[in-house]
Amino acid sequence: MHPVVKTVLERLGLGLATLFFVSIIIFSAIEMLPGDFGQAILGQAALPETVAAFRQELGLDKPAYIRYFDWALGAIQGDLGTSFSGRNASGADRSAEVVDKIAPRLWNTLFLASMAALIAVPLSLILGILTALYRNSFFDRSVNTATLTTISFPEFFVAYILILFFASLNQIFPSLANVDPDTNFGERIYRTALPAFTLTLVIVAHMMRMTRAAIINLLASPYIQMAKLSGASQTEIILKHALPNAWAPIATVIAFNLAYLVVGVVVVEVVFVYPGVGQLMVDAVRTRDIPVVQGCALIFAVTYILLNLIADIIGIVTNPRLLHPK
Amino acid sequence: MKNKKDNTTLLQIKDLKIEGFSDERWHKIIKGVNLELKRGEVLGLIGESGAGKSTLGLAAMGYTQPGCRITGGQINFDGVDLTKRTDSEKRKYWGNRMTYVAQSAAASFNPAHRLINQTTESTIRAGLKKQNEAFDEARALYDALNLPNPETIGERYPHQVSGGQLQRIMTAMAMSPNPDLIVFDEPTTALDVTTQVEVLAAMRDIVKTYGTAAIYITHDLSVVAQMADRIKVLRYGEEVEEAMTRKMLKSPKEDYTKSLWSVRSIQKPEKKSKDIILEVKNVDAFYGSFHVLKNINIKLPLGRTVALVGESGSGKSTVARVITGLLEPKIGSVKFKNRELPPSLKGRTKDQLQKIQMIYQMADVAMNPKQTVYDIISRPASFFASLTGANLRKRVVELLEQIDLDESFIDRYPSELSGGQKQRICIARALAANPEVVICDEVTSALDQIVQEGILTLLGRLQKDLNLSYIFITHDIATVKAISDEVVVMNEGEVVEQGLKSEIFSPPHPEYTELLLSSVPEMDPDWLTDLLKARNY
Amino acid sequence: MNKDTNTYSAAGEVGSVLESRSTFTRLKIELNKAPLTAKFGIFIIIVFVGLAIFAPLIAPYGEAEVFPEPYAPWSANHIFGTDQIGRDIFSRLIFGARNTVGVAFATTILAFLIGGALGLAAAINRSYLDLFLSRTVDVLMAIPQLIFALVLLSIFGSTIINLIIIIAVLDSTRVFRLTRAVSLNVVVMDYVEVAKLRGENISWVMRKEILPNILPPLIAEFGLRFCFVFLSIAALSFLGVGIQPPTADWGSMVRENASLIQFAQYDLKAAMTPLLPAAAIALLTVAVNFVVDWFLHKTSGIKDEK
Repeated sequence: MHPVVKTVLERLGLGLATLFFVSIIIFSAIEMLPGDFGQAILGQAALPETVAAFRQELGLDKPAYIRYFDWALGAIQGDLGTSFSGRNASGADRSAEVVDKIAPRLWNTLFLASMAALIAVPLSLILGILTALYRNSFFDRSVNTATLTTISFPEFFVAYILILFFASLNQIFPSLANVDPDTNFGERIYRTALPAFTLTLVIVAHMMRMTRAAIINLLASPYIQMAKLSGASQTEIILKHALPNAWAPIATVIAFNLAYLVVGVVVVEVVFVYPGVGQLMVDAVRTRDIPVVQGCALIFAVTYILLNLIADIIGIVTNPRLLHPK
Repeated sequence: MKNKKDNTTLLQIKDLKIEGFSDERWHKIIKGVNLELKRGEVLGLIGESGAGKSTLGLAAMGYTQPGCRITGGQINFDGVDLTKRTDSEKRKYWGNRMTYVAQSAAASFNPAHRLINQTTESTIRAGLKKQNEAFDEARALYDALNLPNPETIGERYPHQVSGGQLQRIMTAMAMSPNPDLIVFDEPTTALDVTTQVEVLAAMRDIVKTYGTAAIYITHDLSVVAQMADRIKVLRYGEEVEEAMTRKMLKSPKEDYTKSLWSVRSIQKPEKKSKDIILEVKNVDAFYGSFHVLKNINIKLPLGRTVALVGESGSGKSTVARVITGLLEPKIGSVKFKNRELPPSLKGRTKDQLQKIQMIYQMADVAMNPKQTVYDIISRPASFFASLTGANLRKRVVELLEQIDLDESFIDRYPSELSGGQKQRICIARALAANPEVVICDEVTSALDQIVQEGILTLLGRLQKDLNLSYIFITHDIATVKAISDEVVVMNEGEVVEQGLKSEIFSPPHPEYTELLLSSVPEMDPDWLTDLLKARNY
Repeated sequence: MNKDTNTYSAAGEVGSVLESRSTFTRLKIELNKAPLTAKFGIFIIIVFVGLAIFAPLIAPYGEAEVFPEPYAPWSANHIFGTDQIGRDIFSRLIFGARNTVGVAFATTILAFLIGGALGLAAAINRSYLDLFLSRTVDVLMAIPQLIFALVLLSIFGSTIINLIIIIAVLDSTRVFRLTRAVSLNVVVMDYVEVAKLRGENISWVMRKEILPNILPPLIAEFGLRFCFVFLSIAALSFLGVGIQPPTADWGSMVRENASLIQFAQYDLKAAMTPLLPAAAIALLTVAVNFVVDWFLHKTSGIKDEK
């Protein structure tokens, strides 16, 4: 087998294995709950029979590994179980399917994240390359100080400053990003502008710094000096000599930061009361609605693992040592 | 291509001064050096570490490394002062009229491109030749440089060919635009001696054929003697002396120049001994599934030095790991004073550990940078001899005296010592354990010649005073001649031969010993020519 | 055999030999040469630590002292006004320094104890232990930290102890990786081999040979991890699942007063109130980052290039 194919398959296998363990961890959330949680969720007034029925519904009478496979199989088919909320002591069950809660919000979150990524990725790559080229110039130093400052800001600080200036003092954008399925595309962009801008500011700083470091590292290679001494121009050095070797580090930087975006999105959604998965998850944590927490965590984890996997694979298929084995 | 050799001046450097920035300060690297090079002439630049020879070589192309600046003087190349040109103007010269061959070919080729594209890149860019033409010419150069499969080797990627081949391909790359000047920067330093011969021969031939002027930078006088018409000796950024090669070798003016081959001046009469203190018996060892040592038998006579010689990968350092117990042999054993040592370090008693000590190649990484000289030397003395307080300090001072250093060094950190002093401290640390056998693993190869001489002399004196037995691992034949009583030649994990120094160095030799010994450059400008004649090249 | 040494003596051998200076003098010299950003950072850190230690002495009112007027405007009595139930914002900001910074600091210490010890152990015992720990850490790091923290908090509940333990355990994965990596660089050094060949025991090798050499990168990492932990805890508190009321905490203070920002056109000062604790968080993180940046620049020996 070609080494590239072999390494990619290995990495895929590793990704699957990681996913398996991660899902076990998320699943065991329910195992680690204190024994009387049924009572806690249904309320003190719940009758013992109601609690027992609830426990049976969760399948707590079956062994853990069987429940794991039920849960995992369900998750693969898009069934994440039933929410704890909407139940009450009398045994009435108005609880919703977790999937129905997550699905519409997932689209919102993806929309917001993609919008931020579309601005942030090109911007930070360009800034990173420029600061690497003109390193230790005044431009580089100021950008360095500015980004160092920005990465130190909590997301909500950036968000509220933006709200103060662009929503409160000057009412250019709405401070609440309330969208629903009927909102049309243009309106949607307008309403998500501030959250997307907040996310962009936060990840550009990280991503730009990492790009800069990766490029400087690359430019220090002896073969770059060799290229200079063979008369190659700056542009040629960057495009022909540095870039073909830079895909792996750049892909890693992008993946890392898109993953960071996943986390940033949680806070930003809460600030702007944006109906996304992040906000749902925070609400579920507050009410200890475990199935919803599990569902959201699973989605975030899968995204995160997938992004890193893609970065790994880009690194593999652009590695000349693997592409052209001995 | 026509031969460019005539008697006109190609390059003239006048009173050049270069500074480098480090530790928040500008330091002088080149302190006013003059240099002249005629068309078709080869100038050797020689000096030890810190002499500024690489900086000067690059400056000859008008290039300074990041963090360096030219503060004065001129670099006239074919009538143009390069110090007054911008980078984009100089780029028209680089890769066209002047080219560069770097020390580490493996790192200097771009891993992402095919070799032939890299060979011809600057030629095509400068518009000197069309791609087809340049490729054909490159293949011809590969052939002229004795590369295997010259027609197809260019299709490969850098990681697919060996180090010696890469160095020759880099020479082809430098020759491709048919430049006026090539700067060779220690091009064979990273190679084994047997590989070095082929590369040297190929480089010398091609430079002669095309009549290209060259600057050949190296720390090894015997190498430069084969390559250069004229030699300039540098030290601390200044010229020591300059002379035609033969004259320089025969009658150097300056003492410093003589010191460049000082190790060769140590002559040690060999002595026999019948008592064997240490014996490696029928040892086979593996790294994973890799068979590193194959049936090794070595005997170390009491109070004598056995030199273990071989090229990289011959397994000579692995022998040291087996003796010290860091690597357990699969078969065989190590005997100390006729008693078998436990194969693994963990099984050995304190007494056994104490008797065998080791000194390493890189004194820098053999000492904990966070410990003072006192900490470093005193630990074995307190650990093995249980010395404390004033007695311990007395012992440390005594050890410092044994290695020609005084008490003032006791509170220094390794970073406050020079290279030779560091290695002396390492020797003192080994002595502090009162050993009977000392294993020296390439202890002098990272040092400048004159410092090497000092260390070798010291080791010789200590052997006499303390009746030590040495196993001396090295790849350098001059060092072997200077220190050993007996010699073991190793190749690919096997002992080729073992015997008294006089036996090993006098014919007849086994095939590999012959190859190894004959490949070691000598202080004779005709050595390479004669060798090639003898080998029927 | 000892030849004429008139041209050579070991003691006089010249290299670029550094002068021997005491640690204190060096520190003073370094501090003087430090860039403005680093000096600023050190100053801010000292101020914040002072606030945290002497909070009860500096704050005009108690942490949970309630005054009759909620959302009082900025005035002489209440420099930054009062919050939604009438607590003095200024006093709560000062107590917040103690609580928020204290919790973050405790968490970082715990993370370093766990991650550092395991990382060192894995680097030295490069067998099953290393394999097991490294794989476990890989899996733990495959879930974004904040998400993981949310899951765990939903199970165990948001108490300060739970918060410290959960964040510390999650963050120790990164400390583990760094400690393991830098220790591995040191473990392969010849001087460690020398110690082993001498028959030194593991604990001696760890304390004397490895630890002093991995300290500089670990100290820098401590600063970075502190920032990260500090921001994570602030974020969790802001989300309402971190430090719980009535404990004064900067993250939750932002959330509690966030609605004031809507009134910027009418009362700009009041609208700034939720930004104050957020700015305090940002300021301290910036300060630590500036100092770490300078420290990294110093210890990595990066040369200033043209």
